[in-house]
Amino acid sequence: MTGQGVGARLLRKEDDRLMRGRGQFVGDLRFAGMKDVAFVRSPLAHGLLRGVSIPDEWKDSVFVAADLNGVKPIRAVSGLKGFKVSEQPVLATEKVRYVGELVAMCIAQNRALAEDIASAVHSDIEELPAVYDMLSARKPSSDLLHQHWGDNVFLETFVNVNIEKALDAPIKVTREIRTARQCMAPIEGRGAVAVWDSRLDQLTLYSACQMPHIIRTGLAECLGLEEAQVRVVAPDVGGGFGYKGILLAEEICLGWLAMNLGHPVRWLEDRREHLTAGANCREHFYRITGYADRDGTLLGIDCEATVDSGAYSAYPFSACLEAAQVASILPGPYDFPAYRCRTYSVATNKCPILPYRGVARTGVCFALELVLDAIAREAGIEPHELRAKILVKPEQMPFTNITKKWFDSGDYPESLRRAVAAIDIPAVRARQKVGETDGRLIGVGMATYCEQAAHGTSVYYGWGIPMVPGFEQATARLTPDGGLELRVGVHSHGQGLETTLAQVAHEILGIDVAKIKVVHGDTAMTPYSTGTWGSRCMVMAGGAVSVACKEIAKRAAKIGAQLLQTDDSRVSIRAGEVVGPGGSITLGEIARTWYLKPHSLPADVDMGGLEATIGYRPSPDSGTFSYATHAALVAVDPEIGTIEILDYVIVEDGGKLVNPMIVDGQIYGGFAQGVGTALYEEMPFNSAGQPLASTFADYLLPGATEVPAPRLDHMETLSPHTEFGVKGIGEGGAIAPPAAIANAVNDALRPLKAELLVSPMTPRRVLSAIAVGRSFS
Amino acid sequence: MKPVNFDFARPSDLPAAIALASREDAIVKFIAGGQSLGPMLNLRLVQPNLLVDITGIAELKRVEETPDALELGSCITHADIEDGRVPDVTGGAMRAVAAGIAYRAVRNRGTIGGSLAHADPSADWLSALAALGAQAIVRGAHKERQIPVDTLMTGVFECSLESGELLSGVEIPRLSKSARWGYYKHCRKTGELAHAIAAFLHDPDRSVCRAVIGATGSKPIVLSDASVLIGKGPDHALDRAAIERAMTGHGMTDPIEQQIHFVCLRRAVQQAYRP
Repeated sequence: MTGQGVGARLLRKEDDRLMRGRGQFVGDLRFAGMKDVAFVRSPLAHGLLRGVSIPDEWKDSVFVAADLNGVKPIRAVSGLKGFKVSEQPVLATEKVRYVGELVAMCIAQNRALAEDIASAVHSDIEELPAVYDMLSARKPSSDLLHQHWGDNVFLETFVNVNIEKALDAPIKVTREIRTARQCMAPIEGRGAVAVWDSRLDQLTLYSACQMPHIIRTGLAECLGLEEAQVRVVAPDVGGGFGYKGILLAEEICLGWLAMNLGHPVRWLEDRREHLTAGANCREHFYRITGYADRDGTLLGIDCEATVDSGAYSAYPFSACLEAAQVASILPGPYDFPAYRCRTYSVATNKCPILPYRGVARTGVCFALELVLDAIAREAGIEPHELRAKILVKPEQMPFTNITKKWFDSGDYPESLRRAVAAIDIPAVRARQKVGETDGRLIGVGMATYCEQAAHGTSVYYGWGIPMVPGFEQATARLTPDGGLELRVGVHSHGQGLETTLAQVAHEILGIDVAKIKVVHGDTAMTPYSTGTWGSRCMVMAGGAVSVACKEIAKRAAKIGAQLLQTDDSRVSIRAGEVVGPGGSITLGEIARTWYLKPHSLPADVDMGGLEATIGYRPSPDSGTFSYATHAALVAVDPEIGTIEILDYVIVEDGGKLVNPMIVDGQIYGGFAQGVGTALYEEMPFNSAGQPLASTFADYLLPGATEVPAPRLDHMETLSPHTEFGVKGIGEGGAIAPPAAIANAVNDALRPLKAELLVSPMTPRRVLSAIAVGRSFS
Repeated sequence: MKPVNFDFARPSDLPAAIALASREDAIVKFIAGGQSLGPMLNLRLVQPNLLVDITGIAELKRVEETPDALELGSCITHADIEDGRVPDVTGGAMRAVAAGIAYRAVRNRGTIGGSLAHADPSADWLSALAALGAQAIVRGAHKERQIPVDTLMTGVFECSLESGELLSGVEIPRLSKSARWGYYKHCRKTGELAHAIAAFLHDPDRSVCRAVIGATGSKPIVLSDASVLIGKGPDHALDRAAIERAMTGHGMTDPIEQQIHFVCLRRAVQQAYRP
């Protein structure tokens, strides 16, 4: 049983059921008497709700806000100074504020009938002008979403570090950069089943979510239940990405229905609901200026960033998480002396923003890296030469950057050097001189980022959102047959934690991973946790499993020493056995002794037995910093505006990799989403606030043929303050592709004096940029 | 996203299908592969009372080859054509077009007749068969008629079939040995409905030189005598101004749309004349 511990490329245990179609998702659950729910949603972006008319025949099957006695609205307040509070009614009351907002719920034997009822219900809405653009929403003349605020700004933040010293720099480059609003599009949408158990006096909510304990807390608050009266189960979940890290109004509705109707209810989000009512991420606007010396050395960054936060503050991450993060993470992996950033979290008539894989980083990386390339062009140097000047160097580690981020470890310039070598920039330059026989233009671009992950209490208490992560707990329990159960409050929905956490336990106890069961996704069976977000699970839950298993090891060793008739200090744990000077005994025999033959136990045995729940938090808990350099080679067809990725290199450092194969999978998946952000994905809205893409024919996701296989290269610089030196790695793949691809496109289009500053880079945008470039020449 | 409740029938002959479609008291839709109608039903964009599945009608899977033409029943699938399970009278043109339609899963079920009758401006057959000079064969309760594919479409998702009529097949003329064919479409991703299509046929022995600009947002633009637009030189340069005038005349005024469609046409023509 070697080769199963930390660092082993083990096949994923969970794939045995998932790949055979034996997973159990919310949509697979069946309960006697269960009925389906279809929601009546607002067809308008902004309006006064005058009433809801329900045909008489459906009076008993339709529920509106007035029916929801005792239900509180969703409130996600931030403690940041000046934050304005929104209250999201579970079902709309006086006003609707985005297309897709819940107005009423319809119950029937099946979804089709429920939709029949929903289509017969009429919302009487007096339309108001839609606030559809975050920039005009900031103007005093704008209509208001939340009248009593006086403006449409959830939060404004400001930071300035010596920007005055940079203003006279010889190179000054200003750009306006925009990223489109996106849908996260997990393969499984949201969905929930609510069941009331009158014996237990308990509501069980089965939900496709990634943070079951937080959902439980929020649900209990909104429904006015004791927390013990709520159990949340997240079964198999088909991808989260942040989309499922939220308390849904739909979930509260279902809970209320189950409590009041006496039968289970189910709602499964369909793809149209997802696209039209769930386009909730990534929409940023930057007005950003880079200051540099003649030789390209960066002297300062000055930025005003606006994030379209949508209509309400979503629970628990709040409406300002993205924009407020922008200010703190914009400097990226670079060391430069002057920085100013002002951010606005703006309320608009769109669905509430959620943090999507990479959170603000994808937009921030796009804005900063495009400006760096613009400076390099101005200075007449290669973009990688510019980056090499300002990347934080290994000898500076640990390094505190200009926004007081504490970089733990790494060799950032090495990742750049390897990427430059792998993509072979001299060869690209030579090929550009020759030109392509098919008339396309090729270009190379890169982007370097760092990814703060598993940031804990010390970072989050300052945000003051409803949820501040603390000690992450895990329960480790030896079973009488010598197996091991691990119970964790995080959730695994693609990350492979059922495998990697078992690998961690194997590393400590030597038990065969086949005999290690990871229990997750049920608040009744796992310790409290803020859940799966922020690339935190391997650091936090992995760390907790490690310390819990060490505690089990200590207790087992004591029992083992007694059974081996030797002293505690003379035994050790190897390969699932306690080994003493004269022999060994398996953990299974030790477990049987504790549970079934206690007469053989030492007199001073630890009464906690072979089960331990231990909390873990790295110190400091300001987060691990993984990082990568991405390099892209693209070909642009200047006649029709299409972009093909010819080559793509990722040089990544995620600290100790618990399972390198799973890490590769995470990077591939993130990269695919990054390609989507770069080239395809966009939810356009018209001036009435209507989302214009309601199917995947209009909302384009990259498919297999659009996502080339990136070439991966791993570095492995350990974090000095986590178990095994692991770092969070889950989001990185999705951060840099838009920046690297855009820089490559702009490199390709340089002869045409065209520059793209918007994602996604559609053929129309490419051709428009070329037309603008032509007007300069 | 569930369809409304509807009745379902699967007749085994054409008259029965047409009789069902002639009911005045119901909204009746024919379904073959269902690759477009299926999603439209789920989105409730179509809310029929009766769905008539025509895939059980043997006549609609007919394949009749004559010296001058090939007649395909409307239920012949894209994959039947792609895989060569039906004869080809177009020198491989139709097989190549079929192979580029959407994804294989769609091609397995989607049919040539369904694609034409659905009249999605971005679909392939409408433009390709218009350029090939094909005729749609339409069966009504009392008569059969032919409609040239290049005039079949009357608007977005609308074609000149009348209520109670069924598109029963397509007649494709046999190209001569010297015919030259080019087809170029612009999609942002594999399998996507096209944003621009260009089809070009030059068959000097049959005195045909036809170009079609498709995926225009509405009816395809048919340039029935394209020879006047093509330079006589070896580079076959196109008269861009004239082509742009034609686009403008058809309501396509956006310069980027014009540019993309023009480039597609130029590439289709270059493809046709490639040695």
